[in-house]
Amino acid sequence: MNNNTDLIEYLLRLGDSALIQGQRLCQWCGKAPALEEELALMNVGLDLVGQARNWLEYAAELLNDGRDADHLAFRRDERAYRNLLLVEQPNGDYAVTLLKQFLYDAWHLQVLSGLSQSSDERIAGIAAKAVKEVTYHLRRSGEWVERLGDGTEESHQRMLAAIPEVWRFTVELTSADDNEQRLCDAGIIPDAAQVAAAWQAKVNEIFASATLPVPAAPSYFYLNARKGLHTEHLGILLAEMQSLPRAYPDATW
Amino acid sequence: MYAQLVETGVKRIKDLSEMSDQERAFQEKIDSEIKIEAKNWMPDAYRQTLIRQISQHAHSEIVGMLPEGNWVTRAPSLKRKLQLMAKIQDEAGHGLYLYSAMETLGADRDEEIAKLHSGKAKYSSIFNYPTLNWADMGAVGWLVDGAAIVNQVVLQRTSYGPYSRAMVRICKEESFHQRQGYEILLTMMRHGNQAQKDMVQDAINRLWWPSLMMFGPSDEHSPNSAQSMAWKIKRQSNDELRQRFIDQTIPQLELLGCTCPDPDLKWNAERGHYDFGEIQWSEFYEVLKGNGPCNQERVATRRKAIEDGAWVREAAVAHARKKHNKNAA
Repeated sequence: MNNNTDLIEYLLRLGDSALIQGQRLCQWCGKAPALEEELALMNVGLDLVGQARNWLEYAAELLNDGRDADHLAFRRDERAYRNLLLVEQPNGDYAVTLLKQFLYDAWHLQVLSGLSQSSDERIAGIAAKAVKEVTYHLRRSGEWVERLGDGTEESHQRMLAAIPEVWRFTVELTSADDNEQRLCDAGIIPDAAQVAAAWQAKVNEIFASATLPVPAAPSYFYLNARKGLHTEHLGILLAEMQSLPRAYPDATW
Repeated sequence: MYAQLVETGVKRIKDLSEMSDQERAFQEKIDSEIKIEAKNWMPDAYRQTLIRQISQHAHSEIVGMLPEGNWVTRAPSLKRKLQLMAKIQDEAGHGLYLYSAMETLGADRDEEIAKLHSGKAKYSSIFNYPTLNWADMGAVGWLVDGAAIVNQVVLQRTSYGPYSRAMVRICKEESFHQRQGYEILLTMMRHGNQAQKDMVQDAINRLWWPSLMMFGPSDEHSPNSAQSMAWKIKRQSNDELRQRFIDQTIPQLELLGCTCPDPDLKWNAERGHYDFGEIQWSEFYEVLKGNGPCNQERVATRRKAIEDGAWVREAAVAHARKKHNKNAA
């Protein structure tokens, strides 16, 4: 058993979530509602995949078993992936895409702000850079939730329909497991309860100005991405993303 | 070239003695290399030609995101994925610059985009070819962006100021992508397995001729070129630019260790240039007419994006109005 098991697990969670969210954004390429959005989606996706690479590189160093960041990204099966269930959900329409992005960004910024104070210097460094990027992501997605929620009758209805599609997955944003509790006790990661409270406050604020109802907290529903128990969407996403490295395992790209 | 065949609507070029005072003053300005700016008087045909050319150029940047979007979800490493995403982001940005430059001429972005979606406006024929393996991402960067740069470097001196300035900014980013594209191929050829090397040669075989077609018809079949040259919208002929592209690209091809799918290609010491085979012009005109391999899919994808996104744009407008009213109250 590696001493760093908790930390490796946590780095995979951070890296995988950023990578899968980035991959979902890639699927919008050429199909966004406006040119400015093409630019923004690729910009946000680029930031996230860049962050994923930083987290996975650190995880690979700690694993020290010959695998590098690419190996972790492109050769692990869905049962070994640790991303949030929220980010693996399909893009749906623009309301679903932006609501997902907002709920993730609001959580992500809190987590990264906490991590930028981490007792682990490497984590603090990566997080400090990522905070700048995610501050922008959250501003953008929050503004879009407001625009769509408080836009036309149709956009309002679409946002109302998007909420039940993704809300239940937020259960993962507001809790910690034993791994995370130990890391928190060691001053490496922020306290989950504080993150949850700040996340909820941001959601309440933006939903209010978007004239959207805040649903009750979701209940546990048996899936658990921290244990690699995903929805059926992840396997297909990985099949596409990993196809080349899987087909040519000895290749250098 | 991202705008291959641009109608000028002019049958015969006037000489200075046939021109009105206004026209003559304009032409003399052009002749003395003074840039034309948005508020300056310009002949209507000059304005319309530029609108057609710049919009074609802008449409090409946007449609050009699609062949790459086809592989961005399948890029084989994190580094390659990041590079491709950055490139696609730049292309969207280039589209924005160019639509803005076009709007200085009084054209409307949405109207021009509607022409693209109805099949009335053109975009570069190259983007009607499918991307079938990962090496295509390298070959598109190297050959397609390479051909675009040869053209755009010259367009930095084009007579219309806003277009010329857009080209300066675009060229900087574009040459970076071209080097990255070449590096993708070089990595596959030097460090790759046989399957990867085969991918590279296959990509070159499929994209070589379409890349040469990016420079447009040969000079003898380019009826609009003379007027565009007289206006200094164009600075060099299609065939000159094509020759320059071939001359600079063949050594790069040799460095890769690949072959050119042109049996007639050979160095001509007398001319100091490469001789090359005949382009399949019937294919070029068919692709331009809409009968290429991906024309239907490309236009349909863009049309669907804008149609499906209508409610999003309407919501943004409605929200902005509500906010404005609230602030005014």
